[in-house]
Amino acid sequence: MCGIAGLWNFNGKLADAERLRQMIALLRHRGPDACGVYTDRDFGLAHARLKIIDLEGGQQPMANGDGTLWITFNGEIFNYVELRDELTQRGRKFRTSSDTEVILQMYEEKGEECVQWFNGQWAFAIWDARKRRLFLSRDRMGIRPLFYARTDEALVFGSEIKALLAHPGVPRELDPVGLDQVFTFWYTLAPRTAFQGIHELPAGHSMTVENGKVDLHRYWQLSFDGNGEPDRSEQRYVDELRDLLTDATRIRLRADVPVGAYLSGGIDSTVIAALAKDCVGTRLKTFSVAFESAEFDESRYQKDAVKWLQTDHHSVRCSDEDIGREFPAVIRHTEKPILRTAPSPLFYLSRLVREQGYKVVLTGEGSDEVLGGYDLFKEAKIRRFWAAQADSKFRPLLLKRLYPYMDNLQSQSPAYLEAFFRVRPEDVANPFFSHLPRWELTMRLKAFFSLEVQEQLKSYDAPAELRAALPRKFGSWHPFHQAQFLETTGLLPGYILSSQGDRMAMAHSVEGRFPFLDYRVVEFAARVPPQLKMKVLNEKYLLKQAAGNRIPPSVRNRPKQPYRAPDAASFFSPDGEARHEYAKKLLSPARIRQDRVFDPRAVEKLVQKVQRGQAIGVKDNMAVVGILSTQLLVDQFMRKG
Amino acid sequence: MENLAADKIGKELRQFIVENFLFGRDDSFSNEDSFIEMGVLDSTGVLELIAFLQKRYSIKMADEEIVPENLDSIQRISVFVTRKLQATG
Repeated sequence: MCGIAGLWNFNGKLADAERLRQMIALLRHRGPDACGVYTDRDFGLAHARLKIIDLEGGQQPMANGDGTLWITFNGEIFNYVELRDELTQRGRKFRTSSDTEVILQMYEEKGEECVQWFNGQWAFAIWDARKRRLFLSRDRMGIRPLFYARTDEALVFGSEIKALLAHPGVPRELDPVGLDQVFTFWYTLAPRTAFQGIHELPAGHSMTVENGKVDLHRYWQLSFDGNGEPDRSEQRYVDELRDLLTDATRIRLRADVPVGAYLSGGIDSTVIAALAKDCVGTRLKTFSVAFESAEFDESRYQKDAVKWLQTDHHSVRCSDEDIGREFPAVIRHTEKPILRTAPSPLFYLSRLVREQGYKVVLTGEGSDEVLGGYDLFKEAKIRRFWAAQADSKFRPLLLKRLYPYMDNLQSQSPAYLEAFFRVRPEDVANPFFSHLPRWELTMRLKAFFSLEVQEQLKSYDAPAELRAALPRKFGSWHPFHQAQFLETTGLLPGYILSSQGDRMAMAHSVEGRFPFLDYRVVEFAARVPPQLKMKVLNEKYLLKQAAGNRIPPSVRNRPKQPYRAPDAASFFSPDGEARHEYAKKLLSPARIRQDRVFDPRAVEKLVQKVQRGQAIGVKDNMAVVGILSTQLLVDQFMRKG
Repeated sequence: MENLAADKIGKELRQFIVENFLFGRDDSFSNEDSFIEMGVLDSTGVLELIAFLQKRYSIKMADEEIVPENLDSIQRISVFVTRKLQATG
């Protein structure tokens, strides 16, 4: 795991090695072990290395045998051992035992299609010095990040936006459309980011640059086009999932350093820890977050899992105040506004991992999307079931089964529950049926935008942009698959794997690995009938069957609780005082007026409501976090003068 | 007299809704507009509204009274609260 950066001047100027060193220095948290720069006239690459595989031989940027190809690579190709064997059998010789060299040689063999053979998580750039052609690629699911900007005179790219901002030609401006997207979906629609003129290479895409021309193309897309296998038994699906997950975990333990695992107390991470435990010779080291606030704490289940799996466990306990304290650092790493504080405890968790001498962890991320675990899927299923017989007295009673951990919702009268979840007739055929309640709630926060920002956005329609980008056959898919597609291609790369994932782990030089996101697991799960993913209202049914008694019954049978953290309470104490000076300053009317993103009067009233202890709902909490994170983004990256 | 009381309640309610749920931004909605359709009230908002009504007007609300028919617009709440106040004398 590493940081990468590069630039290509189109005005004939020599690539400035010092500039490249400045860019990569800003990514040293991603790769503190070594650093390298390569230049070829107007082109240059840089690399910050976190040593995990081939500790002595994997220095980068790395060249092929005759020095005509150069690579800078962030990530892992987990099947590099098998690929290397195949290449060796064809007579190829290797100078190192790294996966980096395997990428180079695969590129020599297969060209840009080489990525189709890779099973892993990557962002890399290959420079073909002979053809003067640049090839950039990013993994299928969007695990490892890659950003680029095209200025008047250059192309600049890197693992994080901050590296690009070291180039004087790259603007430091908030993109109002990106902001609108975050305040609708919780993420920006790639390639857009929250920064004007800075793009992200979308998941499953590669990019070629030649003669100043940029060509972006998709090499993989999640699809539910298959018709499934109607005669296949449930047991065969269970067996195949177990086999695939076992192998996905096995190859993700490949490293020349020890590999640990996150253990949240949920099913997903417990399954992965159980599979990893079988593969590692020593006692598996596991890590978790505990919360002082009982509403969010899952320690009880973590202890059950640790006892069952006999792991060497370490935990970090977060108070509300802790979560707010590191929030500025969190936003410096997310590089985009966020609406929940959930990344912050993961920032503490990766610090704990690093302090324990570990730099690689397996996690259960991706299971909820791929195997159908989210409450949102359940909510959509109940709402659709009810809409099919709208006058039913029985069907809306199922709404009580939703969000058991949300006291405010659970205390509603049946009449109000029905009112909140009622399906409008025109929504039944809407491709975004599953996500409309979440997005409509989030979009309400746009009322806090300043008049200036609202004016800039008055003709922009974020859902319409997303709708235009849906796959051609999306409308023919099962509604459960439509919801899965939106979650797996949207929130997963745009928030879960980035703001909560890569950016929080890499803040402390820790690499996350995700067996549920092995493309073989993802493609298999796309073929599993929806009723085996969520059997009636039993989420992740197939996974629970596959896990069997490898995980403790208390974890297998527990009610689903999504990972959450305290939001507004992280910034304001119960007596209404701002816990942290920065929050007080950035939310002050003067600062809000100066930054011009939000309406000073509306924010002032929101803050007053928080201080009165009345901002207890989801919407108000999201507003506080969204506004403060945007203010921090502006403060840390875009402030002028 | 009844209309006058309902008018006063309506004004107070409007101020409460605009301050607490719209943060001073939009007071152009009518007294008949549905809070749910406007997206003003979520599940927490209902609880906030109930707490406000119980405290401000010293009324007690039974579970079966917490329905959109009584609470989903300024007009409906005004009628409901007026009726409750009359009933308690």
